[in-house]
Amino acid sequence: MITQPQTEAPVSPVPAGDPTGQQVSWRHRHLLDVDALDTAEIERLLQSTAAMEEVLQRRVARTPALRGITVVTLFYEASTRTRASFELAGKILGADVINLSAKGSSVEKGESLIDTVRTIGAIGADIVVMRHPQAGAPYLAARHSTARIINAGDGTHAHPTQALLDAYTLQKALGDLQDKRICIVGDIKHSRVARSNLWTLTRLGATVTLVAPQSLLPPGLNQNHPLGLPAVRIDDDLDRALEDADAVIALRLQRERAAGVQVPSLREYARRYQITRERLGLARENAPVLHPGPLNEGVEISPDVARGLQSEIERQVQHGVAVRMAVLYLLARGGA
Amino acid sequence: MTSPTDLLVRGGRIIDPANGVEGTLDVLVRDGRIAAVAAELAANAPVFDATGLVVAPGFVDLHTHLREPGFEHKETIASGTIAAARGGYTTVCAMANTDPTMDSAAVVAQVLERARGASARVLPVGAITKGRRGKELAEMEALRAAGVVAYSDDGEGIADAGVARRAFDYAAALDLPISEHCEDLAIAGAGQERGVMHEGAVSARLGLSGQPAAAEIAMLDRDIHLAELTGAQLHFAHVSTAASCAAVATAKEHGLRISAEVTPHHLFLTDAAVAGETTNGLDPNSYDTNAKVAPPLRPAAHAAACVDALATGVLDAVATDHAPHALPDKQCEFQHAAYGISGLETAFGVLGTLVSERKLTLATVIERLTIGPVRAWRLDRETHRGLGTLAEGAPGDLAIIDPACRWVVNPDRFASLGKNTPLTGRTLTGRVVATVLGGRLVFDARAEEAPA
Repeated sequence: MITQPQTEAPVSPVPAGDPTGQQVSWRHRHLLDVDALDTAEIERLLQSTAAMEEVLQRRVARTPALRGITVVTLFYEASTRTRASFELAGKILGADVINLSAKGSSVEKGESLIDTVRTIGAIGADIVVMRHPQAGAPYLAARHSTARIINAGDGTHAHPTQALLDAYTLQKALGDLQDKRICIVGDIKHSRVARSNLWTLTRLGATVTLVAPQSLLPPGLNQNHPLGLPAVRIDDDLDRALEDADAVIALRLQRERAAGVQVPSLREYARRYQITRERLGLARENAPVLHPGPLNEGVEISPDVARGLQSEIERQVQHGVAVRMAVLYLLARGGA
Repeated sequence: MTSPTDLLVRGGRIIDPANGVEGTLDVLVRDGRIAAVAAELAANAPVFDATGLVVAPGFVDLHTHLREPGFEHKETIASGTIAAARGGYTTVCAMANTDPTMDSAAVVAQVLERARGASARVLPVGAITKGRRGKELAEMEALRAAGVVAYSDDGEGIADAGVARRAFDYAAALDLPISEHCEDLAIAGAGQERGVMHEGAVSARLGLSGQPAAAEIAMLDRDIHLAELTGAQLHFAHVSTAASCAAVATAKEHGLRISAEVTPHHLFLTDAAVAGETTNGLDPNSYDTNAKVAPPLRPAAHAAACVDALATGVLDAVATDHAPHALPDKQCEFQHAAYGISGLETAFGVLGTLVSERKLTLATVIERLTIGPVRAWRLDRETHRGLGTLAEGAPGDLAIIDPACRWVVNPDRFASLGKNTPLTGRTLTGRVVATVLGGRLVFDARAEEAPA
């Protein structure tokens, strides 16, 4: 595919407050990761998100824009917020939403991913929202599926709707992200959220600093490789990195996996990398703090920061519904 | 009277690196053995017109997974040797990771029995340890008596340095080489944690677990020290890193009995193949499981170092590591997919493409496909005297090549049951036109392509 600047006026495809259900122009069949979207497309998606937020603020938050569309959520991994968020997004737009999980399905009987997505396509699903513990699984599904695939998290690879809702949250808090300095702190190596964030934030013009010990960074960053991740700053010193930061995204540390292996102990990790009120004072005034959840309070973030005035964590969850409405809408009505 | 093992190949450009012969000459095979290489030969024998083609000794592959017994859905000795013939290979060394493992004389005998009348000469490789589990030594003398030409636990390195040392000691006395798969699982990751591709920029992008070049070098360095200690003849399978090439070069300078091979895919492809060679965002063709192989495809600098090491002779042989798999073994999540590339039928095309890009010469490529591997393992003992050459009395094995032919890889046309190649749709330069095994034409593309 060749990236071309969008020539049409940068208006929302969805008239404010009133998604019509008519065809809009969107060239992507699937949403596998944000890396396939150019800057204009990311901005358009975020504008659609704003329109969807207006729908959410109505007294009766319902619109029939996706009436007749069937959305299947197919989760091979546990999830609370992402799945509920997609389900709600679909229902608000009038789609039929069916939830499938690997547990208690034919997957447990050894059915392959390809057979599962083919079956789901055969029963008439238009969109499959898929979470899978293995990186790349949604790409495999997309190769073999008649339905459109939305990646709701694949292993340690990508989580595009999380990255889009993070970008939306940051835009609302900071305005334009051009030249804004954003720190992503924690287990970058195993974070699909961080990878997708890198694409979104850099395409929106922000400068990203990854803050972590080398053991929690993916090897191979900043090699100027045509297939590499976007260029970033790297700092293992949180205090230094936070100076003049415009925003902070804290990541979940997988306690059971990391302690004693990637970091010596949770205590040492917290001492070096926990976002505390005191440290947050080093960043720009009122710098927003994001976290994709679920939180390990007292490990990567202190409880007072998690619930403090600068915390965007609850708003992230709210924005998640609007972002997923926009994604479902563009894919279902995009005509690609 | 002409026998079915007589053949006169006329008018080709002969390249016989072992004897320094290069020129337009005829080759006469009598009773399955080379009888003469000379100009304007006349003989009462069937004639193959090789005008405009290159005629070389049949290729010798030190590293072939024929999968039989145990995995006949992936490949059989019959299908694998037909694939070999189509690739110009007349001798293939069959790896030991069968089921049951080739760790006993009985399994070796079974393989040799099934290989009788096959389209290529099958030389079995015995396991180093029982079940390739890396613990107890297999009965290596019994394996030698049964006919193995080398020992290897390929698919796994010998993780335990003590076991490796004892295996080297024992093999040194038996005077057969050990072919070692170098992958230190403490670095590469063991079991579910095993790095599924090269660790670097592309693995970071894809979110796949990687294994660094150091995983190969760590074991390779250890083994060089153990070879020095034991005097064993040590061969490194599928070398894939620049540092491995440098270490092999140094070890050879020190006079150790060390040899090494490289695969066509490690010379030609990079880890970008896993991402599907995409340039703008990953797409549904990314996560190409056909590019999943051990050792992993590496960045271009490693591939270039391997090409250089092959050109200078630091690497003795090109070996295919032909690793056929059935479709479901590959058509699944990347993490779950089997390792390996079906390589026999594309090997010469890949090498010929490197020749067309002036990275290697045709004479070097042919040397590393023939006498190079034969010398590395000293396969030209006893009945195989002259193997890999066109010397008088050598086996009448020939690869007849069109080095300029451009063709598109289509695995549906492979004879191998393994259609798993990351080269599908690629245009390669250089193709095997016909293959002669002991004077018999075992592959003839011109006959295949002739209208019915």
